[in-house]
Amino acid sequence: MKLIIAYVQPHKLQDVKKSLYKNEVYKVSVTNALGCGAQRGYHESYRGVDFEVNLLKKVRLEIAINEDFVDKTIKAIIEGARSGEIGDGKIFVVSLGECVRIRTGEVGSEAIG
Amino acid sequence: MDRKKIYFLIGVVLLAELVFSVSTFAGETENTVTDLEAIKEELQTNINVVWTCVAAFLVFFMQAGFAMVETGFTRAKNAVNILMKNLMDFSVGTIAFFLVGFGLMFGETNGIFGTTLFGLSGVEPGTDWNWTFLIFQTVFAATAATIVSGAMAERTKFIGYLIYSFFISLLIYPIFGSWAWGGLLDGGGWLENLGFLDFAGSTVVHSIGGWLALAGAVVLGPRIGKYGPDGKPRAITGHSIPLAALGVFILWFGWFGFNPGSTTTGEGLIGYIAVTTNLSAAAGAIFAMCTAWVIMKKPDASMALNGALAGLVSITAPCDGVSPMAAIAIGAVGGVLVVLSVLFIDHVLKVDDPVGAVSVHGVCGVWGTLSAGLFNMETGLLYGGGLKQLGVQVLGAGSAFVWAFGLGLALFFAIEKTIGLRVTSEEELKGLDIGEHGMEAYSGFQIFTTT
Repeated sequence: MKLIIAYVQPHKLQDVKKSLYKNEVYKVSVTNALGCGAQRGYHESYRGVDFEVNLLKKVRLEIAINEDFVDKTIKAIIEGARSGEIGDGKIFVVSLGECVRIRTGEVGSEAIG
Repeated sequence: MDRKKIYFLIGVVLLAELVFSVSTFAGETENTVTDLEAIKEELQTNINVVWTCVAAFLVFFMQAGFAMVETGFTRAKNAVNILMKNLMDFSVGTIAFFLVGFGLMFGETNGIFGTTLFGLSGVEPGTDWNWTFLIFQTVFAATAATIVSGAMAERTKFIGYLIYSFFISLLIYPIFGSWAWGGLLDGGGWLENLGFLDFAGSTVVHSIGGWLALAGAVVLGPRIGKYGPDGKPRAITGHSIPLAALGVFILWFGWFGFNPGSTTTGEGLIGYIAVTTNLSAAAGAIFAMCTAWVIMKKPDASMALNGALAGLVSITAPCDGVSPMAAIAIGAVGGVLVVLSVLFIDHVLKVDDPVGAVSVHGVCGVWGTLSAGLFNMETGLLYGGGLKQLGVQVLGAGSAFVWAFGLGLALFFAIEKTIGLRVTSEEELKGLDIGEHGMEAYSGFQIFTTT
């Protein structure tokens, strides 16, 4: 079991959702996140005064999957989120110790479904 | 004998005095009557100025209403952009209408458009009626211009919108306006000569704005994500129904200047027109809510809000000449019509109009214009006036469509070919606030972009 955590551009969320769906990955959690990577922020101006925004808005996706879905899921996220510009985001893959479905009490791979 | 003489003399003096005083009194009465006439006239003139200006200020406030409705019905990432469009179409439009538009609309006509009064040349600064009339007509022109921004929301290049805005107030609105309303001042036009009824502008202001909005939305194409791969429309929800509701209430309030103000005289009819206007708006809101309730199973707030506006647009043309019961009927039909029209434009025409501007202003503007031909108490079809008035109304509404939609398509295509009308898809996804203006509407808030 793996947990995939991905940070992507907020405006790419729709495309990522679409490509996940196409690749039969239907379970995903999405949260807003602020972060700073190679992109190092951008400039906004307010009433003629420049200011640097260095924590950028991103969205964070968390997807728990069984081993056979790992490559597919990563591929799908890249497909949806990649523009080729700095700031496209990152994907982290971590091992998942346990998973329990609250309703049924199922554990492990079955709970991930 | 002496005493008799004295009595006689006294008698003569008294008589003379009486004659004298009677004649003086008569003279005084004459003077007082002319004085009263002059005072009455001056009072009437001043009350006309005061009422027309108050009405103009109310109509100006409708700009705030449009800004709030359009901001509320669109997404947070485009709020700065839509507010800037509302601010700038009024500002650019004011200058263009003052310099050229007003003259084209109300100057002495050459048969097609006016040719004098550009920049109000030849009018003395001061108390001249033309100044009052200018400010009143300026806010009307700006209303027509600002209708378009809602239909073109969330995807239009700002500079392209500014150019459009300049041309509608400079040419498109005033020339059509001169055909229907030129005679209100020095001009005249073929439509009003035929007896076309459009008291406050269902056609002249709202349909013109609505059909231009349709042209803009057609040339732009739908927003990204509005239509799925199967061609089915998807909801792109607005970010603030409270702002939209505030906007609708402001517009309703402003309409008490729009319709009753179009008397441009301080007279008894003001109250009557306020009643017909209010009845129609109320009926529009109720019937739009009911229609949405039946079709979509819930009393949808955005449709009910559109319904109030539909009632207001519908009663704008016939408001001075219909009975209160007719006003209710006119608003009710407008309310049903606006919901059906929004669904039709979304599902069948597949034109993306984020705020329903085409349905509210274009479609209900036509209905309002036709309803004058049906319900007018002197010439309407239902009051035994025959088909003549209705025919003229159809002709007026039809020519407004051809004029505004045709010129609109030409203008928007020209802008698209030269400086571009639509932002890049990346900018559209990120939001026009950052892309066009480099700032956010709700700085410090993080908003989920799910559409």
